[in-house]
Amino acid sequence: MRSSAPFGLKVAAIAGLLFLHLPILLIFVYAFTTEDRSYQWPPPGFTTQWFAVTWNRPDVWEALWLSVRVASISTVIALILGTLAAAAVARTRFFGRETISLLVILPIALPGIITGISLRSAFNLADIPFSFWTIVLGHATFCVVVVYNNAVARFRRISGNLIEASMDLGANGFQTFRFVILPNVATALLAGGMLAFALSFDEVIVTTFTAGQQATLPIWMLEELVRPRQRPVTNVVAMVVVLVTFLPILAAYHLTRGTDTVAGSGK
Amino acid sequence: MTSAVQFSAVEKHYGAVRAVDGVDLSIAEGEFFAMLGPSGSGKTTCLRLIAGFERPTSGEVSIFGAAMGDVPPYRRPVNTVFQDYALFPHLNVRDNVAYGLMVAGERKRARRAAADEALELVALPGYGDRKPSELSGGQRQRVALARALVMKPKVLLLDEPLGALDLKLREQMQDELKALQRRLGITFVFVTHDQGEALSMANRVAVFNDGRIVQAGTPEDVYYRPETPFVADFVGSSNLLPPELTERLGGGRVHSALRPEAVRLTPGGHAATVTGRAFLGQSTRLTLDMDGHRITALLPRGTDLPADGETVHIGWAPGDLHLMKADA
Amino acid sequence: MTTLDLSAAPRRDAAGLSERVSDALWRRPRLLIALLVLPSLAWLGIVYLGSLFALLAQSFFSIDEFSGQIRYELTLRTYAELFRAHNLDIVFRTVAMAASVTIAAAIVAFPIAYYAARYATGRWKAVFYLGVMLPLWSSYLVKVYAWKLILAKEGILNWAFESVGLMWLMDAYLSLPGIGGNSLSVSWTGTFLVFLYVWLPFMILPVQAALERVPPSMLEASGDLGARPSQTLCHVLIPLALPGIIAGSIFTFSLTLGDYIVPQIVGTSARMIGQAVYQYQGTAGNIPLAAAFAVVPILIMMVYLAVAKRKGAFDAL
Repeated sequence: MRSSAPFGLKVAAIAGLLFLHLPILLIFVYAFTTEDRSYQWPPPGFTTQWFAVTWNRPDVWEALWLSVRVASISTVIALILGTLAAAAVARTRFFGRETISLLVILPIALPGIITGISLRSAFNLADIPFSFWTIVLGHATFCVVVVYNNAVARFRRISGNLIEASMDLGANGFQTFRFVILPNVATALLAGGMLAFALSFDEVIVTTFTAGQQATLPIWMLEELVRPRQRPVTNVVAMVVVLVTFLPILAAYHLTRGTDTVAGSGK
Repeated sequence: MTSAVQFSAVEKHYGAVRAVDGVDLSIAEGEFFAMLGPSGSGKTTCLRLIAGFERPTSGEVSIFGAAMGDVPPYRRPVNTVFQDYALFPHLNVRDNVAYGLMVAGERKRARRAAADEALELVALPGYGDRKPSELSGGQRQRVALARALVMKPKVLLLDEPLGALDLKLREQMQDELKALQRRLGITFVFVTHDQGEALSMANRVAVFNDGRIVQAGTPEDVYYRPETPFVADFVGSSNLLPPELTERLGGGRVHSALRPEAVRLTPGGHAATVTGRAFLGQSTRLTLDMDGHRITALLPRGTDLPADGETVHIGWAPGDLHLMKADA
Repeated sequence: MTTLDLSAAPRRDAAGLSERVSDALWRRPRLLIALLVLPSLAWLGIVYLGSLFALLAQSFFSIDEFSGQIRYELTLRTYAELFRAHNLDIVFRTVAMAASVTIAAAIVAFPIAYYAARYATGRWKAVFYLGVMLPLWSSYLVKVYAWKLILAKEGILNWAFESVGLMWLMDAYLSLPGIGGNSLSVSWTGTFLVFLYVWLPFMILPVQAALERVPPSMLEASGDLGARPSQTLCHVLIPLALPGIIAGSIFTFSLTLGDYIVPQIVGTSARMIGQAVYQYQGTAGNIPLAAAFAVVPILIMMVYLAVAKRKGAFDAL
């Protein structure tokens, strides 16, 4: 029986949720402030002019475009690697199963700075110059786990009998994959892919070590945070980033709703 | 005539576990064949070996004379009705039934017609547009049956087909499956742990234990003439009499089986004490103690029932005390 | 009921590439598994483990003090440097921060997780789920930035204290040694608050998952046996939530250990491990020392994970 919650618990829970959300909402207010030299509160006035200013900034567009490209390619790689590994791990018991799981989770279980500096040392030792691809290499590595976690949960839910039933009815391995497995895991993969995209799009710690001279949007923001030069533009970019990352999360939530997949449990 | 299904010295090992331990078996075309045994006895593995979901560690499975060693499930002329039905959740009933035809490249209209026809065969006309999740257990079972039959298999495999249904539905489906098999003439091979089901449906029964077939024969054979104590005990609930008791009752020094329904109250029979009584409706079950041996008797309605602790005299027709092979 | 024509059973042959590949994989199921696992194994094995190994190798090199060049000879000199007082300070400071953030996160997370697990139904369940999920996934930098806005001298927090006439309280707090500072944005407390904020969702989710598995009847049984709510909390709920709390603490602890951005943006001049790694490999160009510093959180986390595993925390992940 679910009785109603004690008053104190309710207050603590709601206060906790507010603590999580109010700071993000604050960003939205600051995007409209007329003040451009300090973080003054309350804002002396409101304006939408910074949106136009931001729109006309080529450096912001460049960073955004780079982030989108890195996130897209990392997501594709993560989807392929994560799905295949999940299929193997979920369907069968084989020697080294645990090792695979550990290996996939390690890049996010260890602090990002470890992944970052490790990759950087490896690039140094191997004389690999920093480029677009060194960023992708790092991002794909920690994105695999998000896809993997989503896919493994769904693969486990497909009864093994479904695959046998398909083969029994005359479908070979590829037909079974196309007509039975794929339709049943598609939404989980889509959700995993979106979360991987969001993770890559937002990543800054590993990126600082693998990026060289190029600036992804988070790197651009980090520079602004360390040495504020254009506070209003940063405010607007921050607000847009929040909105952009909310969309794939909401979509992923709807795709996996009513299933046992906890979309974010892999982050 | 070639057998529909033939096992020659088939073994299946999982590591150190011998799931199937040297099975020889021949199922004739048109037979309704039951594989009966407790769980873990190897009967389901044998079914999966026929379907091709497992490959034998050694030995050979052939279907209509063709060795199946290298033939994957999707090219075997057999189809399976799964225990949990394994209906595709993303497809409606019609597409489930037509799945095999779709994969085989059949045209959409022909597929649809064949699927609807098969649904009619299993008495589910007009259910094509529903999702499997909207059906009852019995209906899902019929869809699974239609999905297999539409492929026109030479052998239909059924894995505990009635296990998930309630008693009433189960009896109804038993009759329907029997009628269907007679009408279609396909070889049916079904796996069950329910001896009643095996005896009532099958032409022939193989009793499995520990990865081996301990006895194969007609239902009457395995019921009335069990060859080992295991069969006698598992098929029905025979009284198992040890060699020394059998010898005293006039048999040889071997195990023997006595069906509870064969035991009658007869003046001048063997003396036994009543230790328990259970009313079962059609009959009453008496538990008796005969010189320290437990004997169960099923007495038909109308018999005068003795009271607990009373001493009675019991007997049976000479042929009812079934003697087993000496080595068993 | 109709009859089925059984004469024309659809048959097929084994021709075609996909059919032959499929046959081969059916005959060798292990090969299929190997093919499925190989890509990710190769990627993570080469790219990730290879890099970790490269890092480990670097930590056994040393830097030539005159030329500033890395000397590629195995030595423990760099590790010896790690044990100098000011470097040990950095390690202890970071571990203290990670520990306090973890404890605070567990305290703040528990009521949210408990309410979501036991009392929220239907729409509220979704609100709580997304209410944790959205902050978890929204941009880390934006979250840090938001706190820079909040904690700034001219920001909303000081304004709020001023408005209610409690500025003296804030000033008194800031004058405390160790945790205070010129303003919240350059204090230990500021760093702590931002860490707590950014990692809190990582604590809520596993605790909630652990609490979801506590059958309500168990709590009723406790009450039935005469336990006061506070006793039920201490003797039933918290022990049952402990695997979840430990699982969450793996994240809060590990993430705090390795972070260099939060203390750089909101914090004092006293460095944490992440900053030391960043500076040694960057401006200082002392990659061996940076690598040796990076090994510290790896070791700490390995011990932590071993303990967590013994407590059954992985089942709650």
